[in-house]
Amino acid sequence: MTLSGASVPRLGRGMKLREDKARGQWVVLGPERMFVPDEIALEVLRLVDGARPVDAIVDDLATRFAAPRAEILGDVLAMLEDLAAKGVVAT
Amino acid sequence: MTAPAVPPAASPAAPLALLAELTHRCPLRCPYCSNPTALTRPGEELDTAIWARVFQEAAALGCLQVHLSGGEPTARRDILDLVRAASEAGLYTNLITSGVLTGGAKLQALAEAGLDHVQLSVQDAEPASADRIGGYRGGHAKKLEFARLVQASGLPLTLNAVVHRQNLDRLPQLVALALELGAGRLEVAHVQYYGWALANRDALLPTRAQLEAATATVEAARRALKGRLVIDYVVPDYYAKRPKSCMGGWGRQFLAVSPAGRVLPCHAAESLPGFDFPNVRQVSLRWAWEASEAFNRFRGTGWMPAPCRGCERAEIDWGGCRCQAFALAGDAAATDPACALSPHHGVLSLAVEAAVEAGFEFTYREPQKVPG
Repeated sequence: MTLSGASVPRLGRGMKLREDKARGQWVVLGPERMFVPDEIALEVLRLVDGARPVDAIVDDLATRFAAPRAEILGDVLAMLEDLAAKGVVAT
Repeated sequence: MTAPAVPPAASPAAPLALLAELTHRCPLRCPYCSNPTALTRPGEELDTAIWARVFQEAAALGCLQVHLSGGEPTARRDILDLVRAASEAGLYTNLITSGVLTGGAKLQALAEAGLDHVQLSVQDAEPASADRIGGYRGGHAKKLEFARLVQASGLPLTLNAVVHRQNLDRLPQLVALALELGAGRLEVAHVQYYGWALANRDALLPTRAQLEAATATVEAARRALKGRLVIDYVVPDYYAKRPKSCMGGWGRQFLAVSPAGRVLPCHAAESLPGFDFPNVRQVSLRWAWEASEAFNRFRGTGWMPAPCRGCERAEIDWGGCRCQAFALAGDAAATDPACALSPHHGVLSLAVEAAVEAGFEFTYREPQKVPG
């Protein structure tokens, strides 16, 4: 899948982001599988709502983390493509 | 039963998933059914309120997912209440079904009750063979119709195909069927030989040539369908050199509750002799998981005999499968004979040789019938 700044990602079919209190982490639950996102992936997944385009997600992160926008865009696109290959997100 | 007030000092890690075997009733009669040969009668089944409590306790214990299974879980008249209870407990709720008892209205109601995912079994890609294997005439057509309803409902679908000598040659067609039905995931599971399947082993064991073709089919399909279809593959022990990590280790990640309420480290464990499995009618799920003798007996590596003891793979495969050790070596505490280092490993190749000469007749799963 090739994503761009205009793509609008959403969680994949059957995927749910939820808190795992017993283990003090957040997880993405899917059909008989689960993924534990790292801190950065979690920040991205929290902004994936099927309405926000990648550009808006990147703007949000660039503001909050005071980092160069172009660098964040590249990282977010790579991360979303990896998550899409696993079925965690779709567009 | 007396339960200690405090669990042992070193509490085991929390389980990830609960297998809830709601009933042993099922319209199908698959000869490899994973239910025990001594099936639970409907009158012994847990009621709605106890299951709801079990789901709450499972979530509090750390379970993230529940697999509602059976038998056929939708044979329970309270299946909507059970799905709602599981969902309200915060569990990712998966229905493992034959699909033959659920029409459009019921599926819609299940979705509204909070169902997250449907796993549908198919017995073959060829209808007449599928109906023969399942022992249920017209079953395959009903399953296809059910899969279309799932697709239309928007619920995610997994197709589960248990494979063996009598359907393995049609694995490419099963992959095509999964795509046609809109499944996001396909589980290709070689039969595990306990209980009913062990009684039918001669009719089910694949040949090595079949196995190699199937493995190649899976690998090619995974490459070709990356991003479209996830394929999970359960390999057969009888051609293995090392055992599978059964349940990810005894009492490490999973627990099961039987229709009658027994708490088990795996759904097949009920057939092991010499166990007093705790029952949710008497104890909490937490006590069963943390403190019961049954869950602690094969937990970790301290119980292991040679050649597991000190083996570099002891914490990879956890000694393999206790049920298989009992079934083939006569001792649940032995190394799984699937391991080439087991002194009993030879019985697997003997079974394969015997099956090659054997016929294709099944002993179908029936209540009150115990296979010889």
